[in-house]
Amino acid sequence: MHAFPRRLIAVLFAIATAPAHAALSVFATMPEWGALVETLGGDQVKVYVATTGLQDAHHVEAKPSLIARARNADLVVATGAELEIGWLPLVLQQAGNPKVRPGQPGYFEAAAFVTLLDKPTRLDRAEGDVHAAGDPHIQTDPRNIARVATALAARLAEVDPQNAESYRARYKAFDEKWQTAIERWQREAAPLRGVPILVQHKAFTYLIAWLGLKEVGALEPKPGVEPTVAYLSEVLATLQRQPVKMVLRAAYQGDRASQWIAERAKINAVVLPFTIGGDPEAKDLYSLFDDTIARLLKGAQ
Amino acid sequence: MSRSFWVAALMASSLALPSAAQAATDAELAEIREQIKAMKENYEARIRALEERLKAAESAPAVVDAPPSAPAASSGAAASTLAAFNPAISVVLQGGYADLSQSPTQFGINRIQTGEDVGPGPRNFSLGESEVSFYGNVDDKFAGALTLSLTPQNTVEVEEAYGLLTALPYGVVPKFGRFFSGIGYLNEQHQHVWDFKDAPLAYQAFLAGQYTQDGGQVKWVAPTDTFLEFGAEIGNGDSFPGSSRNSNSLGAASVFAHAGDDIGANANWRAGLSYLETHAAARQATLPDTAGNLAQVSFAGTSHVAIADFVWKYAPTGNSTDTNVKVQGEYFWRRESGTLTYDSNGALGLTQAGAYSSTQSGWYLQGIWQFMPRWRVGLRYDSLDPGDPDYGINNAILATPPSHPNKATVMFDYTPSEFSRFRIQYAQSKTRPEMTDNQFFLQYILTLGAHPAHKF
Repeated sequence: MHAFPRRLIAVLFAIATAPAHAALSVFATMPEWGALVETLGGDQVKVYVATTGLQDAHHVEAKPSLIARARNADLVVATGAELEIGWLPLVLQQAGNPKVRPGQPGYFEAAAFVTLLDKPTRLDRAEGDVHAAGDPHIQTDPRNIARVATALAARLAEVDPQNAESYRARYKAFDEKWQTAIERWQREAAPLRGVPILVQHKAFTYLIAWLGLKEVGALEPKPGVEPTVAYLSEVLATLQRQPVKMVLRAAYQGDRASQWIAERAKINAVVLPFTIGGDPEAKDLYSLFDDTIARLLKGAQ
Repeated sequence: MSRSFWVAALMASSLALPSAAQAATDAELAEIREQIKAMKENYEARIRALEERLKAAESAPAVVDAPPSAPAASSGAAASTLAAFNPAISVVLQGGYADLSQSPTQFGINRIQTGEDVGPGPRNFSLGESEVSFYGNVDDKFAGALTLSLTPQNTVEVEEAYGLLTALPYGVVPKFGRFFSGIGYLNEQHQHVWDFKDAPLAYQAFLAGQYTQDGGQVKWVAPTDTFLEFGAEIGNGDSFPGSSRNSNSLGAASVFAHAGDDIGANANWRAGLSYLETHAAARQATLPDTAGNLAQVSFAGTSHVAIADFVWKYAPTGNSTDTNVKVQGEYFWRRESGTLTYDSNGALGLTQAGAYSSTQSGWYLQGIWQFMPRWRVGLRYDSLDPGDPDYGINNAILATPPSHPNKATVMFDYTPSEFSRFRIQYAQSKTRPEMTDNQFFLQYILTLGAHPAHKF
């Protein structure tokens, strides 16, 4: 009889303090970082990806499932630059896991390791959904992925020093393969240089800068603000002077605005996967860019 | 009086500080502008030079690599933060218009005592509660939050003011100060994020809107892949259904458990069970009597409240931006026993104390459908079972005939951006048997500043 409560306490304590699984538990906010961690970590990591390619990463909720996973994570890999500001801080606050709090080695922000573009000159909510640090959609340029990989491999080695050698070796193999792929993509995408385009939401800054596409305008009057027909008509009028080949949108976005303009301007409406899982073809980091470039080339015809 | 004075003085001084700081930075700002201008000119010159070189190199490979940034790969690399050392400050502005067929001064619920600030609110145009909140990290171990509510009657109330210990491992998160209790689902959420203009009847009847704990809380998140959270709280029990008691002993204690998870990629849920016990010494409330008067009553005794809650959210492909559905419901049960003084303010000239016990329950169920981006429609049904309260010696004056208080509500809202919302709401409220209140509301909610993320 007496032993019962003591045993119960012992069991509860064991559950409460149970060590993480042998593999490093990683909470990745976006599919691209999940894939990158898997590539660099192999069997040494167990990855949970918080969002899918069909979700708008700005508007995820601090769901119970996310709190539970962040509670058990050894490393959180986020984009940063305020992309996840609407949910990640709250998830981390509720998870009670100081290992992965911002500032700790267990918290990694990819955007800290690339040069951010489109830093707003005016910080005002009247300008729509502006990101103070710059455009956070860095994953659309594979050279950014390479930069993040360098930092991420070092971070994995830091939080899991036992397997540091393995992370380094995997990184080396990945980087070689990735640089070759970048060269190939650049060759394939050569015809896209200087091609004028429209975007539905300003989400492709890095892709456009990488491939030398020419962004003539956006369908949203301000970032994150739904376009009105009047505004779309204005955009349509500017196309008289400055014709474009296609209008780009990310897979998670509704198609109304780009269909509207595509029909009237007789241009191609191109849906890009934006991240892994955005369309059935974009299965991993390599096929994400294979598919993106194939769709752009098709749209530019 | 004196409390609101000090709070106002404190607020005035805290508001004065940033403006002084601002004056000091104006000169710096001008200097920064000069620097930026110089930088801009410098870069423009460089870009011109680059363009020249680019023209010259027209035959070179098609893709030009951007100059690689030099990533600082050390693990201590600063994570980007917005508000350097200032707490994040946000303001919520609310107000609207109400057309009520019954006078709100006659609001009461048959056989259920209702505390302060319960009911549909005033008729005509009115300002809602304006909220000012501050949130930030205190140091490497604590975070703190303060939410002030400025009422239309020009008083200041401290809605929440708590510290949060964020440095403990194993999923343990202690909180202390004044905070919305973790019981139920809606209780922890600030009023401006509710899907309807007013709280469900059960919240109004059993918790006078929302239960605020002045005390401490510990939450523990279990190390499971399915979300499991357990919490316990203790407090002074000043908030309804308790009352201030001028006593050193605990006035309130609560425990709660939450579970939640995803169902595939499209849906997720959370469910919970909560229990709250409070002690009251002279809890003032209003209660309709057999003569049809709204009597002031005073309760001394113990209240036990149990709540079961669930919420289920669905969005195609998990992308709630376009369309989504949210279904939520809560069941309340409350047992009270002690002494009830009828006509405690003597307004009816019949002041009389008697034994009192009751077992009452209630529930609500609501559904919200965002049928296209930014537009939502919602339905809610409220039902209360006041049971058969025993008023002892006061039975003759207070034992009103049984009835089934209920309310049906429909709302329609438009959300131009995530920081603004406009709502139309219509409700038919039958809380007293002889009265049906047709309530029509227009409401606006505007959020300014660095507003922290909302809970699930």
